[in-house]
Amino acid sequence: MQRNHNHPKICIVEKVIDETPTVRTLIFSDDVMHNVLPGQFAMVWIPGLNELPMSVMVSKESGKAAFTVRKHGLASTGLYNVQVGQQIGVRGPYGNSFDLKQGKLLLVGGGTGLVPMMRLLTFVKPTDDVTLVIGAKSKNEVFFEELANDLLKNNVHRVIITTDDGSYGEKGFVTNTIEKLVNENRFDGIYTCGPEIMMYKTVQLAHSKGLFVQASLERTMKCGVGICGSCCIGEDLVCKDGTVFDGDHLMSNHEFGSFHRNKAGILENY
Amino acid sequence: MNQLLYSKLPIFFKVNPSLITSVGKICLDRPVMLASGILGISLDVFNRLYRSGAGAVVTKSLSTEPWDGYPNPTIFSVDGGGWINAVGLSNPGAQNFAKMIESNVDVPIIVSLVGSIPEDFESMIMQFKNCKITAFELNLSCPHVAKVGLEVGDDPELVKKIISAVKTSTNIPIIAKVGLGTSNYLNTVNAAIDSGIDAITAINTVRAIAIDVETQRPILSNKFGGLSGTPIKPIALRCVYEISSKYDIPIIGCGGISTWEDAVEFILAGSSAVQLGSAIGSNWIHVFNDINHGILEYMKRKGYSKIDEMVGLAKKS
Ligand SMILES: Cc1cc2nc3c(=O)[nH]c(=O)nc-3n(C[C@H](O)[C@H](O)[C@H](O)COP(=O)(O)O)c2cc1C
Ligand code: FES
Repeated sequence: MQRNHNHPKICIVEKVIDETPTVRTLIFSDDVMHNVLPGQFAMVWIPGLNELPMSVMVSKESGKAAFTVRKHGLASTGLYNVQVGQQIGVRGPYGNSFDLKQGKLLLVGGGTGLVPMMRLLTFVKPTDDVTLVIGAKSKNEVFFEELANDLLKNNVHRVIITTDDGSYGEKGFVTNTIEKLVNENRFDGIYTCGPEIMMYKTVQLAHSKGLFVQASLERTMKCGVGICGSCCIGEDLVCKDGTVFDGDHLMSNHEFGSFHRNKAGILENY
Repeated sequence: MNQLLYSKLPIFFKVNPSLITSVGKICLDRPVMLASGILGISLDVFNRLYRSGAGAVVTKSLSTEPWDGYPNPTIFSVDGGGWINAVGLSNPGAQNFAKMIESNVDVPIIVSLVGSIPEDFESMIMQFKNCKITAFELNLSCPHVAKVGLEVGDDPELVKKIISAVKTSTNIPIIAKVGLGTSNYLNTVNAAIDSGIDAITAINTVRAIAIDVETQRPILSNKFGGLSGTPIKPIALRCVYEISSKYDIPIIGCGGISTWEDAVEFILAGSSAVQLGSAIGSNWIHVFNDINHGILEYMKRKGYSKIDEMVGLAKKS
């Protein structure tokens, strides 16, 4: 029977990698997930526990994919605690993807928002000049630096790390670094995923310079298919219209950077 | 008018068909509405759906207090079409919701309510006194939450008490949404009509379950959910046909509608308007204009100028 991509496909976790004390990568085999586009996501079922939207992490091995998860709420902690050999259900992929320009590119990622950025890096052309900025609170929360350098080894590139406490890389908020970069360079495309305030400032800075910018957003999700409405931001539905939105569009969305909805659908401030 | 004769009429004699329809006192520009619980928590989204061709939008069912609903998984896709959902009526609560839609000007909004006793409904209706609203729809038929929905709908005496109380507290039209529970749903319809209901929406989702063979367990966190979409269409159509055959009450058909043919079937069975939800999962929001367009073409071809002329025609044959 043809695969129904809305059906959870049961996959076995084959390997678990600790990225930081609170972030893990779980690797599994699945051709469809191996090939998803940057920005697309899957709904991941932890049988008996919960289901949550996850950006699909790259795996170098063909036919494999991964999820990189930070333990936070009930669902993400449940996924974080999944052991090698355990089953998870994966449905999707859902959502649109980044519109990758060519030339001078800037990628800005924070936390597990780096996942779609890593996948985006696998799509850059060897002629692209790529700057990746990774924002973290402190040194022990930095991950994917080595992977990024490896993925970019054939490109002119730099990987800049900023930590809020200065324990590694540049000291200060990631947005200060972005401001400098945007003032000093003419980027052909800027892409961001991570904490919404970081994305908001990145989009705002790029937009004010008239630069092409896109962000991949996160909201509460129940269905992933545009039925339940839980992921709405203004008149947009993140699962269906996104997760990737153009900066122009986002700047006219009055909820972007300010509000998200809780499980009951009540607007809450960031 | 005879179809053959009509098609021979010169073009200037033909009236342009209109999609305007009346469900009792409720007048709508277009007959296809958004069903409750689908994309239904934000005024911005309502505006977008209205611009996309929906004749009205029904809100998520609201309760007196905010509800988080059930944990995920809350939605399951059935092979061959349709969904089983147990969202668990997550909603921001009537008060928060009323505040959000206070600024509404353009959109015909039908507010869906769930509760257990007459006082729940009365107090929620009060919250909307500053809002522009087309009607209230009482959800007497959600199949997966205790003490509300079907558990209320299955008790015709309680239905009478609720509707009588609600009818005395507002002049806004009241719709009762019925579904298939453990008692005969026609008794609920009967009780609602006896208590002065303005219209009936039929039907809600049908209680169902999904099981995963690999992990050997139910998939939804609540185990049971409600089946919607194409698999329930013939059942919903049967209900509309039964109600319209038995009672003289305006009906809104709902269940598995995804094409203009589906919508016309429901109209021919006796509904003056229809609602859809699941079709958005497959056809996205273009589904409204696609259906509107299809109905108009059908009316032109068959020589009807008003929706009203087609309501219940299938019962005459
Ligand atoms: C995800 C989802 C949530 C729903 N929530 C509600 C609700 O809150 N109140 C209600 O009366 N019906 C609710 N329903 C039922 C729909 O309004 C509708 O009656 C049913 O889905 C059948 O129509 P359809 O086949 O076009 O989807 C929900 C259905 C779905 C799929
Ligand atoms: S998650 Fe349900 S509409 Fe987006």
